[in-house]
Amino acid sequence: MSAPAPPMGLLAEVTHRCPLQCPYCSNPLELERAAGELDTATWLRVLGEAADLGVLQVHFSGGEPTARRDLPDLVRRAAERQLYSNLITSGVLLDERLLAELVEAGLDHVQLSFQDVETANAERIGGLVGAQAKKRAAAAMVQQAALPLTLNFVIHRQNMEHLPDMIALGTELGAERIEVAHVQYYGWGLVNRDRLLPGREQLEAATAEVEAARIRLKGRMVIDYVTPDYYARRPKACMGGWGRRFINVTPAGKALPCHAAETIPGLDFPSVRDQSLAAIWQSDPAFERYRGTDWMAEPCRSCDRREVDWGGCRCQALALTGDAGNTDPACALSPHHQAMQAAIAAADRATASDFVYRRIGAAPKVEA
Amino acid sequence: MTGPIGDETVPTLGRGVKFRFDDVRQSWVLLAPERLFVPDEQAVEILKLVDGVRSLGAIVDDLAERFKAPRELIQRDVSAMLGDLADKGAIRL
Repeated sequence: MSAPAPPMGLLAEVTHRCPLQCPYCSNPLELERAAGELDTATWLRVLGEAADLGVLQVHFSGGEPTARRDLPDLVRRAAERQLYSNLITSGVLLDERLLAELVEAGLDHVQLSFQDVETANAERIGGLVGAQAKKRAAAAMVQQAALPLTLNFVIHRQNMEHLPDMIALGTELGAERIEVAHVQYYGWGLVNRDRLLPGREQLEAATAEVEAARIRLKGRMVIDYVTPDYYARRPKACMGGWGRRFINVTPAGKALPCHAAETIPGLDFPSVRDQSLAAIWQSDPAFERYRGTDWMAEPCRSCDRREVDWGGCRCQALALTGDAGNTDPACALSPHHQAMQAAIAAADRATASDFVYRRIGAAPKVEA
Repeated sequence: MTGPIGDETVPTLGRGVKFRFDDVRQSWVLLAPERLFVPDEQAVEILKLVDGVRSLGAIVDDLAERFKAPRELIQRDVSAMLGDLADKGAIRL
């Protein structure tokens, strides 16, 4: 097999520590504690290896990446190596001094999350009282620093009726870009699926709102829209295909093709503590496992979209069909596709109950 | 975009957008917030002239001269390419 093309992006999950507890967090159910995190020197090495390998953009994420005091040093290394740096933050730990350090270090862009526009609901979802004012202050600081700003709204059954106001907030805060992303149902999101998955009418209203706003704001603001798989006919090209475009490094140093990959049993993911990023990317068996199309079974194997969606998401196939090697059940051609309809019906029937919040040690047993 | 692009329009890279040569791929790349583009050869020649000083008209003149192509044809291609990137937030017109 020839060497794979270099990855475009590095997702650097520098910590799982976070003051927020969003019930759809993309972190794994088993959160890494601070003591298990990679040290600064190792991250600096990894960033250099990423640049050598051909990574173009690095997304500093978490947890809350600003919880790490060495973040400006990591951003500086990224800038030295011409890696485009993106800070994915809740904003609640950001202050003038830290932002100034990050700007001085060469930070390129900030993606700031809001859990809702309505303060009480936002703070209920994020599980942190006082967060909303800090986020607004963070947005103002980013504007003041003349950094490009993206607002990120994760939308779901319990906040999506506020979508018009979310888009208006983006305009008010001077964002060039808004990301409106439906919850993706892995990990914590899957645990809370009945409380989050929208009904069809809600989804259609949100989609229509985004389409209208895109026309209205054309040339002024870009709106990215991530739809929920559960209403899809064909799966998304998850991560642009396994081991094709992205490499993810966890707080403890595990290298993964996607942030949820550790849920897949039988795969032994390598550590950046032991191997270079290049060695991992080019030949690690876990990265080879679902790369390309050789691993596919039917209906993917003979499908003319197999190099469009790459079979969809391995983690979702595992969570909903029990086998990560199956076609993503988001695909209407999957024999397991009815699992999606069943989940929608269950969410429509579910009575309101409190979220299972994302906390260290709070991991419930997942049923799917 | 709010209207047709005129010859006097001065295109610039969007805020936070970088256009650079990538040694690993041996190709030019346009890096923008959470997205990136690998422009084709024609787009690279256009983007190299987007410096925040040259107007669209000047860019078209330069390309028409260097590539010995009809100005109208070049203008159409340049407007379409920059308009598309403007819609994606990578270029400001």
